[in-house]
Amino acid sequence: MEAFGLLLHGFAVLLTWKTLVLMMVGLVLGIFVGVLPGLGGPNGVAILLPLTFTMDPTSAIVMLSCIYWGALFGGAITSILFNIPGEAWSVATTFDGYPMAQQGRAAEALTAAFTSSFIGSLVAVLLITFLAPMISSFALKFGPPEFFAVYLLTFCSFVGLGREAKHKTVISMSLGLLLAGIGMDTVSGNLRMTFGSPELLRGINFLVAVIGLFGISEILLTMEERLALRGHAAGISLRVVLGVWKDLPKYWVTLLRSSFIGCWLGITPGGAIAASFMGYNLAKRFAKEPESFGKGRIEGVFAPETAAHASGTSALLPMLALGIPGSGTAAILLGGLMVWGLNPGPLLFVEHKDFVWGLIASMYLGNVVGLVLVLTTVPIFASILRVPFAAVAPMIVVSCAIGAYAIQNAMFDIWLMLGFGVVGYVFKKIGIPLAPFTLALVLGNRAEDAFRLSMIGSGGTLKVFWSNGLVGSITTLAIVLLFWPVIDGLLGRVGWTQGARATSQ
Amino acid sequence: MSQTELEIVVDDPTAPEDDSPSVVSSATIEIVVCLLLLALAATLGYDNWRTGASWDATGPEPGYFPFYLAIILGGGSLYGLIAALLARRAARETFVTRAQARRVMAVFVPTLLFCAATQFLGLYVASFFLIAGFMRLVGKITLWKSLLTAFVFTAIMFVTFDVAFDVIMPKGPLEAALGR
Repeated sequence: MEAFGLLLHGFAVLLTWKTLVLMMVGLVLGIFVGVLPGLGGPNGVAILLPLTFTMDPTSAIVMLSCIYWGALFGGAITSILFNIPGEAWSVATTFDGYPMAQQGRAAEALTAAFTSSFIGSLVAVLLITFLAPMISSFALKFGPPEFFAVYLLTFCSFVGLGREAKHKTVISMSLGLLLAGIGMDTVSGNLRMTFGSPELLRGINFLVAVIGLFGISEILLTMEERLALRGHAAGISLRVVLGVWKDLPKYWVTLLRSSFIGCWLGITPGGAIAASFMGYNLAKRFAKEPESFGKGRIEGVFAPETAAHASGTSALLPMLALGIPGSGTAAILLGGLMVWGLNPGPLLFVEHKDFVWGLIASMYLGNVVGLVLVLTTVPIFASILRVPFAAVAPMIVVSCAIGAYAIQNAMFDIWLMLGFGVVGYVFKKIGIPLAPFTLALVLGNRAEDAFRLSMIGSGGTLKVFWSNGLVGSITTLAIVLLFWPVIDGLLGRVGWTQGARATSQ
Repeated sequence: MSQTELEIVVDDPTAPEDDSPSVVSSATIEIVVCLLLLALAATLGYDNWRTGASWDATGPEPGYFPFYLAIILGGGSLYGLIAALLARRAARETFVTRAQARRVMAVFVPTLLFCAATQFLGLYVASFFLIAGFMRLVGKITLWKSLLTAFVFTAIMFVTFDVAFDVIMPKGPLEAALGR
C-alpha cells in the first residue's frame, strides 16, 4: 500500500491552481488536435512540446499527458460523427459508432466511446500505479547487460510481431539506430558520421525528426485525399449520458475483457491497433447475435474504445518503469523527459518521486476532467471541422517549425524537419513503418552505451548476455521473438499451433 | 436517414479527381528508396569503418556498433530492392496520381519557401506570409479573411512563445525595427 500513499502525495503535488489550469489548457488543445484532420495523438504532442520547454518538468508532463488524453478523446468524435478515424486504432470504433450516428443515436455512441475510453484508461492507470513501482525497483538491480537485453527484446519484438513486411521493419529500425549514432560518441568522445559538418556535430535530434515525420508528412498525406466531409452534429444531454451509464453494468464482461486485452497488448510495442480490433472481434464472437455487429450496436463501440485506451495508457508503463516506450506517443514523452533534464529509467522512481507520482495522479485527474469536458463540449469541437483545411494546414506547418527550432535554437533543424517530412511521406506510402524508426532513434544511444559497457565489463565476450538466468532468458526470448514468424510457421506445420494460418493472413 | 440530419457539411472543390493518371508506381519508388538507402548504408558504413569498427583492448571501437547497423540496413535495402524488382511486373500500384501530386506540391512548395523565408525575414513574418498566401492562393478564401487569420494567428504565436513562454524564434528586419 506504499503506492497508495505516494499517489496521494502525487495528488497533493498536482492540486495547485497553476497545474489545474495547465491541465485544462492541455485537454482543450488535445481535443482540438484530435478533431483536426491530419493530426492525432503523437503529432499533437510533438508539435505542442515546445510550449513546455520553459516549464518545470512536473507541469510540463501534466500538460503533455493531458494533450494526449484530449487527442484520444477527440479521435472518437470524428470516428463516430464523420466516419473518419483519426488514428488507426479508431478504425474499429467506426464499425458500429458511425451506424449509430446515422440512426440518430450519435449522442449515445459518443457517450459510450468517452465512457469506455475512461474505463480503459482507468484500468491501465491502476495497473501502472501498482505495477510500475514494483518493476522499477526490480530493474534497479539491472546492469548494462540486462538493459541491453531488454532493449534487444523491444527491437526484436517489433520485427517478429509487427504486421509489416519484415525487411521494411528492419530497414526502419536500423536507419533509426544509425541516425541516433550521428555526432559525438558518448563513450570515447570520437566524432562519428559527421562528415566534417558542424551542424551534424550535435547529432540528429529525436524530436525534430518526430515533428517532421508525423507533423509535416501527415499534412502532405492529408492533402492527397478528398477533404470534403459530411457528418452529424450532436449535442449530448444529461439524460442520454445517464441512460448509457445505467446500462453499463450489463456490459461489464465486454469492458473487462477489452481492458485486459488492451493492458496486455499495450505493454508490447505498437499494440493499440491490434488491441482495438481484437477487443471488437472478441466482443462479436462472444455475443449472442454476432450478426447485429456493424449495424450500430453499442457494444461495438465499448469494446474497441476500451481496449485502445487501455493499451494507449499502459504503453506508458514500460516507459516509466524501464525507460522503454511502448508506443509512438510514449517515445515522444520520453524525448520530452530528456529535454527537461530527467533520465528515464528505473531511477526515476527514486530520484524524482514528485515527478513520477504527479504524472500518475494526473492520469487519474486528467481522465476524469477530460470525460466531463468532452461530454459538455462536443458540439463546439465537432464544428471545428468547418474550418477550411487551407487555413489549418499552414498553421500546423508554422507550429511544426516553431517546435523544431525551439529544441536547439537551430535553423538547420527547420530544414531537417522538412527533410524528415518528405521521408515520412514516402515511407508511409511504400509501407515502411515509422514506429520502429522513432523507437530506435530515441533508444539508439542508450542501447549502444549498454552494449559497450557490457562489453567493457566482460572483456569483449558476447557470453555476458547469457551470464546469469535473468539476462540469459531475456536475450533468448528476444531471439525467439525475432525469429517468431519462422518458429510459428514450423510449429504450425507439425500441427502444434494454428500459427501457420495466422502468419499467412 | 434523411438529408436534413446532416448538419456539418464541408466541401472540397479542389479535391484531386479519382481518375487522374498515375505519375509513378509504388514499385518504382520502392526501388529508388532502396537504392538511396543502400547508398546511405555504404557511406555511413565506410565512415564507421574508417573510424574503427573492430575490437580493441577495452571492447568495441566507436565505429563498431554503427558499422554493423549499416550492414543490416544495407542487407534490408538490398532485400527490399530485389523484392521490389520481382514484384514490379506483377502489380502496378499507383504511388501518386497527377492530381494528388499537384495538391501535395501545393503544400510542399509553400512550406519550402516558408523555411527559406524564415532564414531571412524571421519566423513570424514568414508565417504571416505563408498563412495569408496559402489561404488566398490555394484555399481561394477571400483576401481580408486570409490576412486577418494570418495576422491573428501570428500574433497569438508571438505572444505565446516570445512574450509569455520566453521561447526565442529566429527574427528578421521587422522585429529589429520594432525593437524586439
